[in-house]
Amino acid sequence: MENYLSLFQTYDVPAAFWVNIQLSFWAAIFALVIGTVLALFRISPIPSLQLFGAAYVNIFRNTPLTIILAFGFLGLFSVMQISLASDLTVSLFRIAIVGLALYHAAFVCEAIRSGVNTVPLGQAEAARAIGLSFLPAARLIILPQAFRGAIAPLGNVLIALIKNSTVAAAGSVATESSGLMKTMIEFRSDLVVPIFLTFALGFVILVIPIGLLTTWASRRLAVAR
Amino acid sequence: MSAQQVLFDAPGPKARRIILISNIVGVLIVLAILAWIISALAGKGQLAASMWTPFLESRTWQFFILPGLLNTLKAAGISIVTAVVFGLIFGVGRLSHSAPIRYVSGLVVEVLRAVPVLLMMIFFWLALGSSGAVQPQNAPLIAVVIALTLYNGSVIAELVRSGVHGLPKGQREAGMAIGLTRNQSLRNIEVPQALIAMLPALISQFVVILKDSALGFIITYPELLQFTRRLGVGEGNVIPSLFVAAAIFIVINFALSTLATRLSVLLSFRTKGRRPSPKDPIVLTPAAT
Repeated sequence: MENYLSLFQTYDVPAAFWVNIQLSFWAAIFALVIGTVLALFRISPIPSLQLFGAAYVNIFRNTPLTIILAFGFLGLFSVMQISLASDLTVSLFRIAIVGLALYHAAFVCEAIRSGVNTVPLGQAEAARAIGLSFLPAARLIILPQAFRGAIAPLGNVLIALIKNSTVAAAGSVATESSGLMKTMIEFRSDLVVPIFLTFALGFVILVIPIGLLTTWASRRLAVAR
Repeated sequence: MSAQQVLFDAPGPKARRIILISNIVGVLIVLAILAWIISALAGKGQLAASMWTPFLESRTWQFFILPGLLNTLKAAGISIVTAVVFGLIFGVGRLSHSAPIRYVSGLVVEVLRAVPVLLMMIFFWLALGSSGAVQPQNAPLIAVVIALTLYNGSVIAELVRSGVHGLPKGQREAGMAIGLTRNQSLRNIEVPQALIAMLPALISQFVVILKDSALGFIITYPELLQFTRRLGVGEGNVIPSLFVAAAIFIVINFALSTLATRLSVLLSFRTKGRRPSPKDPIVLTPAAT
């Protein structure tokens, strides 16, 4: 037990989780913006944008996240020498955020589209009847209702994003929790089970409240029809 | 999808002109993005022929891509079978009428779904490796399979549960009426029907398993990404190699996703409890079974 507790003095476990939370936070914001734009493209009347949206979703949804994040490090950072900050660690951290955001944007787009499907036809027809064209109708009538119908699937994407932020290890973000867990187990292989359970518990504590919250919010905010 | 046609009016001459102009602008923007990516790649010499010619040689495929793909498919294939078994056991466990079994299954499924697959993979890899329970060279494969099974098995358990809950109540009542016990009716009547209804979702989960098998890269399992990285480092063409690896994954997963969508359309006839009318094309029913 003393051995176990002394681990926390040697290794900063909360800091590693904080890295995952930061990765998830920024990636979630960017993914939400990109995903909303993609969803607009896919429901717009313009064929080239529809095609672009569909192609983006199919490409990113079917590529393993590991490849995207490994590409960020091996391709963008090492070969293309793209850096998003003067500091090496910060640069890799930001590249990982971009990779996570691009990947999850495809799922956000599909979640919002499923939300659009919950909006009854009459709403779109009413929007046309009062003379709104596509963008005002989408902004004022369709999307507000679609987001409320998409809270549960969006919550699932957020949960997946938080768990997937551990994959940033493939993009050489060494400070996040899966990397720290590996280091800790390698140094204290006698404590492999307690170390794993600590990290697993950390994610359970992070993820389960979000699941409960989005379920509650999706019921509470659902448009009564 | 239905809102898609109704979101905008049938375009008149003015709207048609706006759509045409926006369409051209859209094409130009997409082309500009593509041109920017291509010029950035070309600027670093990534589009030179020598970067791509290795993929025309048989030894590249023989020694790098095919062995990698084989290992990826091996890990994913084993995991799919074990995850379905795991999912059936715990899905039926969550529906059991014995409260302890129900609670334990529920707890296991909820917790395993909340833990990142990568953490489980690293844990089993290091734990198996240091315990000496398995050959060290087998530890990565076994860790990949166990982690994928535990996570995706839990998701499949939820699919089984929601599939059975989605069945009409009459199915279970009919089972009871002909003298089956609760468990017999579950096994022989409800779960088989639920399996058909959840087939599209199940195939989508297989896509997840195939994608997540690439996490084995991080724990040194020699799967497709690992082999293509080695190839890229050896030939000095990391970016083209990763593109090829991604393209292979996209093709396989896209085929599986398309199959899932097709199946869900076909199976909706069976699972919505709709009575077939005499006007329906008869071929649809045999095709679905």
